[in-house]
Order: sequence, then C-alpha cells, then structure tokens
Amino acid sequence: MSPGRAARRHPARGGAERAGPGSAWTERDLLHQMLRIRRFEERCVELYSREEIRGFLHLGIGQEACAVGVVAALGADDAIVATYREHAQALARGIPMRAVMAELMGRAEGCSGGRGGSMHLFDASTRFFGGNAIVGGGLPLAAGLALADSMRSRDRVTVCFFGDGATAEGVFHETMNLAALWHLPVLFACENNRYAMGTAIARAKAETDLALEAARYRMPAWSVDGMDVHAVRRAAEAAVAAVAAGGGPHFLELRTYRFRAHSMYDPEHYRDKAEVEQWRQRDPIPALQQALLASGSLAPSDVDELQARVDAEVDDAVAFAAAGTLEPIETLYRHVTAAPSPTAPGGPAAAGTVPAPSPSPSPVAGADGAPGAARSPSTGPASAPPAPAPRR
Amino acid sequence: MTVVTYREALRQAIRQAMVSDDRVFLMGEDVGRYGGCYAVSLGLLQEFGPDRVRDTPLSESAFVGAGIGAALGGMLPIVEVMTVNFSLLALDQLVNTAAALRYMSAGQFGVPLVVRMTTGAGRQLAAQHSHSLEGWYAHVPGLRILAPATHEDASGMLWPALQDPDPVLLFEHGSLYNVRADLADDAGPVPLEGAAVRRRGDDVTVVAYGGTLPTALAAADQLGSEGIGVEVVDLRSLRPLDAATVVSSVVRTHRAVVVDEGWRTGSLSAEVASRVTEDAFYDLDAPVARVCSAEVPMPYAKHLEDAALPQPADVVAAVRALGA
Repeated sequence: MSPGRAARRHPARGGAERAGPGSAWTERDLLHQMLRIRRFEERCVELYSREEIRGFLHLGIGQEACAVGVVAALGADDAIVATYREHAQALARGIPMRAVMAELMGRAEGCSGGRGGSMHLFDASTRFFGGNAIVGGGLPLAAGLALADSMRSRDRVTVCFFGDGATAEGVFHETMNLAALWHLPVLFACENNRYAMGTAIARAKAETDLALEAARYRMPAWSVDGMDVHAVRRAAEAAVAAVAAGGGPHFLELRTYRFRAHSMYDPEHYRDKAEVEQWRQRDPIPALQQALLASGSLAPSDVDELQARVDAEVDDAVAFAAAGTLEPIETLYRHVTAAPSPTAPGGPAAAGTVPAPSPSPSPVAGADGAPGAARSPSTGPASAPPAPAPRR
Repeated sequence: MTVVTYREALRQAIRQAMVSDDRVFLMGEDVGRYGGCYAVSLGLLQEFGPDRVRDTPLSESAFVGAGIGAALGGMLPIVEVMTVNFSLLALDQLVNTAAALRYMSAGQFGVPLVVRMTTGAGRQLAAQHSHSLEGWYAHVPGLRILAPATHEDASGMLWPALQDPDPVLLFEHGSLYNVRADLADDAGPVPLEGAAVRRRGDDVTVVAYGGTLPTALAAADQLGSEGIGVEVVDLRSLRPLDAATVVSSVVRTHRAVVVDEGWRTGSLSAEVASRVTEDAFYDLDAPVARVCSAEVPMPYAKHLEDAALPQPADVVAAVRALGA
C-alpha cells in the first residue's frame, strides 16, 4: 500500500479502500511496465516500416514514466481519458498487449475491433475511454464522467491525459473553469513534452508555466519531473487521494520529452539534435534501472530476466496480431448506432428496424448501471468477436 | 384535451422524464434561475433543484462534452444549447466525439445523450441566431436528428430520445414555442422514426419539417380552396430519413415540392429531392421543386427577413409551376 492510498476516503462509501492493478506495483514492477511500453513502441517502428501498421502512429518513447506513474495511483474503478499518443496509458492500465497490437494492425481482435487504430484505443473493462485524436477533445468528456460520479456519489476519480498543445485550445479553459466551478472529481494530467507537434511551447503559449495557468482556475496544481517515475507516482497518488477525498479537480504538469518524432511522418526540422540528446540523458528507464542496481534491489540477472519477459510478451503480441482476422466487410455498418444502421446505403429498409417505444415511461436499467458502457468481451486476447451492444 | 403551447409541451416532457428516471438531468446556459432563454425550463429548478437543473457557464464545447461524459458515466443528460448557431461552438464534441465514439470503440461505449436546441428564423434575430443548420447534423452518421413540428411530437419525442442508446439532437423551431394547440392529457411517447402524412391529397406532395410544416399546411389550405389536393408530409426525423413515406406519396401524386428553411445548396431539401428522383423518377410528372431560404445570412429588417424565408405564397407558386 502506497502512502497516498491511505488518504482515500469517500463519505458516500464509508471510506472503502479500492485498489487498482498498479497499486501494488513494486519498483521492479514500475521498471517492468516502462520496459514493456518501450519495447512495444520500438517494435511498432519496425512494423510501421514494414507497413504492417499504417495511418498515423504517435509513439510515447521517453514519456513512459508519465503513464506508468499516474496509472499506478488509480483504483480499478477509476477512469482514464487519453489522447492519440496513448499506447503507454493503455498498456499500463492493463489492456492486453495482444489487443493493443491487434488494433494497431487493424485486426478484429483489436481492442477497438480494428475501427480505431493507434489513435483510438478503447476498453470498457478497464474504463479506458480512448484514444481521442482531437487535441483537447477528451477534456470535457472527462469532466462529464466526473460529473456523473459526483451526481451519483460514486467513489471514483477520472484522469484525463493531454499534452501541452491542448492548453492553447479554448476547450481546455472551458473545462478547467467548469471542473473547478462544479468541484468535479477529475485529475488533469498534462504531459508537457514541450512541443505541440512541431511548435515549441514558448512559440505557442503566452504563459508557459502550465501549473500556474491551471492554478488560476482555483485548483491545486503543481509541476512534476515527468522523467522520474517515482516522482510522478507520488504526485499522482497525492492528487488522486485529494480528488477522491472531495478536494475537487487537481492538475499535474508532468514535464517530459518525447525522444522520437511527433509521428512517423515527422522529419523533425523544428528541434536540435543536441536538445534531444540532452533529454535522452534523462531517460526514465535507465535512470530507474541504475538506481535499482545501485541500491541492490535488482541484480544484473534480474534485468536480463525482465528484458526477456518483455521481449517474449511483445513477440507474442505481434504473433497474435499477425495471426488475427480481418473484420468482415459485411460488418462495416455495425456500431454506427446500437441498432443496425437504417441509413446504410443499399442496406435494409429503414422502417421497422427500431421498435416503437413502450407506451409509458419506465426505468430502463439499474440506477448505477452504465447504459453507455456495454461491457464487451472483445478485449480479451482470444475472445470471440464483439457481440452487438444490447438494445435498450 | 388541454390547450397548451409548444413550449409547455416540451416542458411537460422534460418534467415527466425527470420524474420517471433520476438519471435524467438538464443542463445548459440559463436553464435554471432564468428559466431557459425561451422559457422552456421555467419552474424546473424549483421542482428538481440545482443538481438536476444545472446552469452552465457560456462554454458550449465544455458542457456539451460534459454531457457526453455524463452519458458515458451512466446518466441520461438533456443538454440545452440556446440556438443551433451557438451549437457550432460544440460542433467538435458532437461530430468528432458523440457521433463517433460507439464506432471507434467497436460498440463498447455509446452516448445516450439528448441535445435540444432552437433553430430557425422569423423573429428578427438576424444572422447569428436564425439559421437552420440541422441539415448539417443530418449529414453525420451516428447522430439521430429530430425536428418535432407538432405538439404531440414536442411532447412525445423526448422520452424515447432519452431511451436511445445513441446521441439525439432535437431541433425546436423558434417560431413554434408560442403556438397553442390541443394536446391529449394522456399524450405519451411517439415513435422516433417515420415521416407522418399531416394532410391527405392526390395532386402534389409537399414535404416539410419543423418550422416549415405550418408554412406547408397554410399553402395546402389555400390550394385546397382552389381544388388542388396537397398531401403534406412531415419528415419528423431528418436522420434517419424516411424516404419511403415520401416516395410512396409521390408515386401517387406524381409531383413533389420540398420546403426547407435551410439554404438550398447542399441542403436537406437536396437530399430529399435526390431520394425522390432515385426512387420515383418514372412516377414523376414534373421535376422535383424546392422552396428554401434565400442564400444570404439572415437579415434583421422584417421585410427582408420575410423575403428570405419560405412563405406559403412561395409554396403555392411552386406547386402551380408544377402544373398540379
């Protein structure tokens, strides 16, 4: 039990403790998580060059400590809203690597059934709400999830990841204001990697101190070394505990850096190699590894063993994805709406596909049911194709 | 039967939904203390309290997005946006998130959200409060677009819209709020899909929706007195579009006029006309005609605004031009 968790109390639940998959992570586990993300991303580069992965691909190499440190602070029932650079969050949160890789390779077994791709990873079972490729677009969605929790007195926290670029969007300011005004249980986790695609923060923002900017909305906000997984975890635990205890929204600026290009199409004309090299010296993975070796908590053979585990997991995920199936074209219109799309060109006639409403209003689900989240078995590594969502 | 205004029919529907299901709540600009900028929600704050009738800051993107998030979190939000012109500030949330989330997530996440907004002109509100942009939204897969033109629909569409597991946009034409009509005391939910024939006739089909339904009916009255039988079809739902009802009417009347307060170019009227020509081309005795708004930003002065909008006389002229 990490120190911050003990402070989580919610009056509506009598202060029941909830633990997430990351709560019990040891230092060695933190290293393992960052290694598996790093190896996954590196393999994505290879697969992209072989055209096994297409579209836009945004890698989080260099930013692993942000995802791992924050996810370590979350309970199983908490929610994550992420960006298009979200492989790390998805993997740390526990979406099976097989399902993530299958998604990147456009397979039916992917966590979004091949309809989302790299930028749109979703998983109902871990309350992972995407995967939003509109910069800042996930912010109000996170506020709304938190609003629902607040209105239902649920002991949950919603974490919203976004980048420094999002803080120039109007919706960022709208959401900060709304979340603070309504005292919503949301943690804003800003991964400041210093570039909005190719635009350096100083060229985009009049105020480059993002924690200061957030604090103007009257919410606790502070900056954290995003290259230090312990620092991120400590800060996230403190923030999550405070949010869960009824402290309203909190904001963390995670100061980090991406070592690779914005996406695979980026020639990186906008930054110096020397700057990249300087940040590479602060790579969170060797930093933690060396600290653990120095303190004796990890032996060199343990490092080899971790590397071997990670390689095996990535190999397995790639093999699984490569052997995956393609979603049949006949299902092209599935999931446009919960019902079969009545407006599918050439599809069945519209009339009569949707049952008439019941004559009198009646509750349609349990009060705490989540009609929006049809829990699908599709994210399991070897599960059947997703069943159509139940009609209400 | 009780005589109520369209506004009161809407309010009763919201109230009934909030009584029936405690997951339903209303949020938007000035829906609470002010009572709604068109007074639709007047009194609801007093009955349900500020938690369920939430005044929002002027931040359409944030509160529409928060509605999406709350829907994902198990609530049934009704979000009021003052006018369709203002909804453009939330267009990203509606099109990129609400409409796409179920598909992007392969059915794992749906958005049972209802967004209500005012549309249309006729009240001298000029070029930033008067447009009919619902046709744009009808372009987008994943959204259900409703245009209640009658008191039965104003009262009966909300509950089934809340039951829809996907986002629904409900367009209320501003000229209808004060219209008084009979509403059955036991008026209940209505089907969301399917156009309705509001008046029978054999000589020409006039297709309308929302605020243009009264225009079409007025034209039909005038033409009827001259012996021309006008069948008036109210689309009710703009997406999905019930082309079958329109086509089956045209197959009988052999002539069609589409009345749409949107601009003609790239409009919903173009979609309807296209469906008719695709499905009933050989039944037509004349090309499909359209009566739309003039392609100008809506002017303020009354005579200019009237000239810009589809009027009953324009519909009458269009019908006559078809040789009906």
